[in-house]
Amino acid sequence: MSKANKTVYLDNAATTKMSGAVLKAVMPYITESYGNPSSIYEMGQRNRRAITKAREQVAAALNCPPAEIYFTASGTESNNWALHNSRRVITSEFEHHAILHAVKGDVTLLPVYDNGIVKVEDLEKALEENPDTDLVTVMAVNNEIATIQPIAEIGALIADWNKKNAEAGRGQCLFHTDAVQAIGNIPIDVQAMNIDLLSISAHKLHGMKGVGALYVRKGVNLPPFILGGGQERGFRAGTENVAGIVGFGVAIEEAVRDIEKKNAELIKKRERIYNDVMKIKRVRLNGDLEKRLCGSLNFSFEGIEGEALLLQLNMKDIAASSGSACTSGSLEPSHVLLALGLPHEIAHGSLRISMSRNTTDEEIDYFLEHLPPIVEKLREMSPVWED
Amino acid sequence: MYTDKVMEHFANPSNVGELPDANGIGEVGNAKCGDIMKMYLKIEGGIIQDVRFKTFGCGAAIATSSIATELIKGKPIEDALALSNKTVVKELGGLPDAKLHCSVLAEQAVKAAVSDYYKRQGIEPSLFVIAVKDGTSHEEHICCGEGGNCS
Repeated sequence: MSKANKTVYLDNAATTKMSGAVLKAVMPYITESYGNPSSIYEMGQRNRRAITKAREQVAAALNCPPAEIYFTASGTESNNWALHNSRRVITSEFEHHAILHAVKGDVTLLPVYDNGIVKVEDLEKALEENPDTDLVTVMAVNNEIATIQPIAEIGALIADWNKKNAEAGRGQCLFHTDAVQAIGNIPIDVQAMNIDLLSISAHKLHGMKGVGALYVRKGVNLPPFILGGGQERGFRAGTENVAGIVGFGVAIEEAVRDIEKKNAELIKKRERIYNDVMKIKRVRLNGDLEKRLCGSLNFSFEGIEGEALLLQLNMKDIAASSGSACTSGSLEPSHVLLALGLPHEIAHGSLRISMSRNTTDEEIDYFLEHLPPIVEKLREMSPVWED
Repeated sequence: MYTDKVMEHFANPSNVGELPDANGIGEVGNAKCGDIMKMYLKIEGGIIQDVRFKTFGCGAAIATSSIATELIKGKPIEDALALSNKTVVKELGGLPDAKLHCSVLAEQAVKAAVSDYYKRQGIEPSLFVIAVKDGTSHEEHICCGEGGNCS
């Protein structure tokens, strides 16, 4: 079995490889066209036009007017900004930390159950119990287990709820979704889905790191997040990351093109991995099998710890990640896996596999060849494992 | 994040497995925190004749277990009891701060195994072994005290 002398990269939920088209598009802006987009001369104005074009590309991908797109420096910043003005929030237990660590005021956490999916009935109940809720934020796709959340249904529920709010003379409730893991993998339409605020990030869809965007529906009263020179129509100051923004436009256009065709390929690979990995003794899939991204899986292996598994995979040039927070220096296992109700000892032994359109069958073969002996080796070493 | 020495011990750990004729066995840590070390000793004439370990845990937990077995094998009991977590860290060329507890676990695993040996000999371990924490109890476990909230 060969592998093309490079890393077998199965961690696309962490970040992705920049696409060739993105690299080509950004090159002029990191070399010769270095003008400040706020400057009046041609090199500045050329860059201003490049940003305008990218804004149109991002808007087209989300089905909104370009004026509703604000560029930021990351998905995290977009999430923080979206929460910035809210004091009564409903969210889910397994949001990204860019939500959970940033949310202020009174917070209600919706359960996600063992399948890792929020129930719309729970949200309805939470709204009735907390009629002064000013923001609901539920991620479109979970970053660790890749389960898809019922975003369209939630959007419809909140739209109905806001009619009742209007009748009762109460303020409106906004709907934000962290779509960082979703965009480019599942169709997103902010109008059809009744979304008010939405966060995305370029490097998750083969763009550059250091650029994100927040969609803010017209009429939403969200105060500016960073004050200064008036960039992004006064809402997000700071000289624009021209190259990153240009790359984002190209990347998102590529990512939302032919989603179904791309997913048809990914799901074949996913099924191969799933069928093979489930042959290993005492392994479980974390999160719903059907309602998940076509390219992602998350497993727990009884008797072994996630970091050791990742290090062993790394020794075979396989890049993957774990829900085990051990990797990030904390000893607490992933809050996502705990939210599914997994016991700590099982949550410590998880493995996240996330593919992209670049993932090849050869990479999958190589991974599937090396995983079982690694699991076996670590289990042989483990005092808690008994055959 | 890990030194070459840590990775060496992780990739090819020494003395992995069980010891059928062990006369001192100690287990510390707990699965909830993500690491358990079990140490098997064969002690004869006051000397650690043989040693094996089994560890459930991260790369550092496996590496500290491995180096600890190397450091005590063939040594008198007193030397094994004198093994400190600092020595373990030093021999590995350092550990990330968040992983220092693994070195403490390795020290405690050796002490727990020696205590078990004394008990089997009908000797009160506390006469010789100082500061063996009951690592298996969750509350006592070191991970809970150092940033990890295991509750």
